[in-house]
Amino acid sequence: MPNYWNEAMECMEPEKLKELQNQRLVDTVKRVYEHVPFYRKRMEEAGVKPEDIRGVEDLPKLPFTTKADLRDYYPFDTFAVPMDEIVRIQASSGTTGKQIIAGYTQNDLDSWDECVARGLTSIGVSRKDKVHVSYGYGLFTGGLGAHGGASRVGAAVVPASVGNTKRQMTLLRDLQATTLCCTPSYALHLADALQEVGLTKDDLNLKYGVFGAEPWTEAMRAEIENKLGLKAYDIYGLTEVLGPGVSMECAERNGMHIQADFFIAEIVDPDTFEPLPAGEEGELVFTTITKEGMPMIRYRTKDLTVLHTERCACGRTSPRMEKIRARTDDMLIIRGVNVFPSQIESVILRHAEVEPHYMIYVDRVDNSDTLEVHIEVNEDTFSDQVKKLEDLAKEISADIQSVLGIKAAVRLVEPRSIQRSEGKAVRVIDKRKLYK
Amino acid sequence: MTTKQLSVFVENKPGRLAEITKILEEINVDIRALSIADTTHFGILRLIVNNPEAAESALKDAGFTVSLTRVIAIEVQDEPGGLARALKHLTVAGITVEYMYAFITKKENSAYVIMRVEDNQKAIDVLEANHISVICGKDIYDM
Repeated sequence: MPNYWNEAMECMEPEKLKELQNQRLVDTVKRVYEHVPFYRKRMEEAGVKPEDIRGVEDLPKLPFTTKADLRDYYPFDTFAVPMDEIVRIQASSGTTGKQIIAGYTQNDLDSWDECVARGLTSIGVSRKDKVHVSYGYGLFTGGLGAHGGASRVGAAVVPASVGNTKRQMTLLRDLQATTLCCTPSYALHLADALQEVGLTKDDLNLKYGVFGAEPWTEAMRAEIENKLGLKAYDIYGLTEVLGPGVSMECAERNGMHIQADFFIAEIVDPDTFEPLPAGEEGELVFTTITKEGMPMIRYRTKDLTVLHTERCACGRTSPRMEKIRARTDDMLIIRGVNVFPSQIESVILRHAEVEPHYMIYVDRVDNSDTLEVHIEVNEDTFSDQVKKLEDLAKEISADIQSVLGIKAAVRLVEPRSIQRSEGKAVRVIDKRKLYK
Repeated sequence: MTTKQLSVFVENKPGRLAEITKILEEINVDIRALSIADTTHFGILRLIVNNPEAAESALKDAGFTVSLTRVIAIEVQDEPGGLARALKHLTVAGITVEYMYAFITKKENSAYVIMRVEDNQKAIDVLEANHISVICGKDIYDM
């Protein structure tokens, strides 16, 4: 017996769903044209008027929106309502160390809760459950997003947030939470920590795991399930579009259901940006069709995946997206945090007049992501005093942490010890192999 | 009155010191004194040699990060308390020694101590006012 939170919407006949999308898209385009100078300008440049958009078929006429746009129009110039209507701000990292933000109206937050509630319900979570949320609470959308959805379902929410693994284990054991929401790497970290203190999955009562905010593999899924004794489900989202819950796997685990009455998903060719049919791999693009605070028109996620539109065995008609297969840019996701190599580069440049050669190493050690930055010592940064060199490494490390919010080990290395590449400089070596 | 010291950045990898000393051998440079400051991942090799400029350019050509720093060399009696007397005067004058290392000379009953301080002239003035013998770089290179 499948579980629906909102059967009317989740199982709506495709024709009716398309009608709803058409109507909501037309309304959204009108709204952004009238209220967001940024979108009006873009549409004028593209020679498109709101009345040219009569439905989903006309979507390709609209220009794309990118993260760079959100940075350029930071902080409020992509908002479509006056500040009185905004009740929440969340943030995510941008490409040059400058974060981008998202503003939500109360209706937006309600929609967000609805999306997450649908996802949780689809895997079996109900008001009888206890949901332990170990995503970070704060500007990052993970914590508050999962929290809102679990509260909406009526579950007892444990807002554990990140860190203090010992206390998290005690809470999981004592409160017997049935559902764990966190990044997949933190789930593995927790599993290993349990083992270390002599606890097993039998001491816990976990049934469901809702893991996202970073790419993970089927092998990781199997390992998490085996170690924590739960069923693990993938959740997807991004701050620019909403947060976690834009899509999530149902009990069938046959792709992540996109909440199609809130978002229109497209797949486009990453080189030509021409729309691609379902079943073909390309860049995922979202248009929000209910969002009030910060509507997104054809937002390029830079995530590569495949869409499937046939009805799922669970009965839902919403399109499903496969796990993210790769990124089209150099963004890394480290411990759930979006990291652009350029952010690290700008920190290094602040500490050296002559740009040093550097390399960023990302790895997963004991199920936790590690970030190490090797910097070649040059005449500009060298000192005959150990303390000065150690201070330099420490300062760079502290600055990286303040920009990214995650720790980085900085190591000074000899000149010419980092391999040079021919052509485009390779600045990152990611050893994690997270994508297929 | 100062002495030129070569500082070389060395990663903790096998063979690096052998490589550096080999380079010095090839250009016929003689090492007078050396010390290594080591940390977990890297070390700084400090050298006093007979021809600092030649050594510097040869090591740079070989791809090493090298700096020439002026340090102070003093001569102390090779007996208990010899160094303590010299350091006491610096302490009284509020001068901090960043690092130092010593070596026995060919001269009987005396040792040379290399010191790195922030302000060389100030330290030299204090030492000389207290009759501590500061050695000229040239005397060490030609030792």
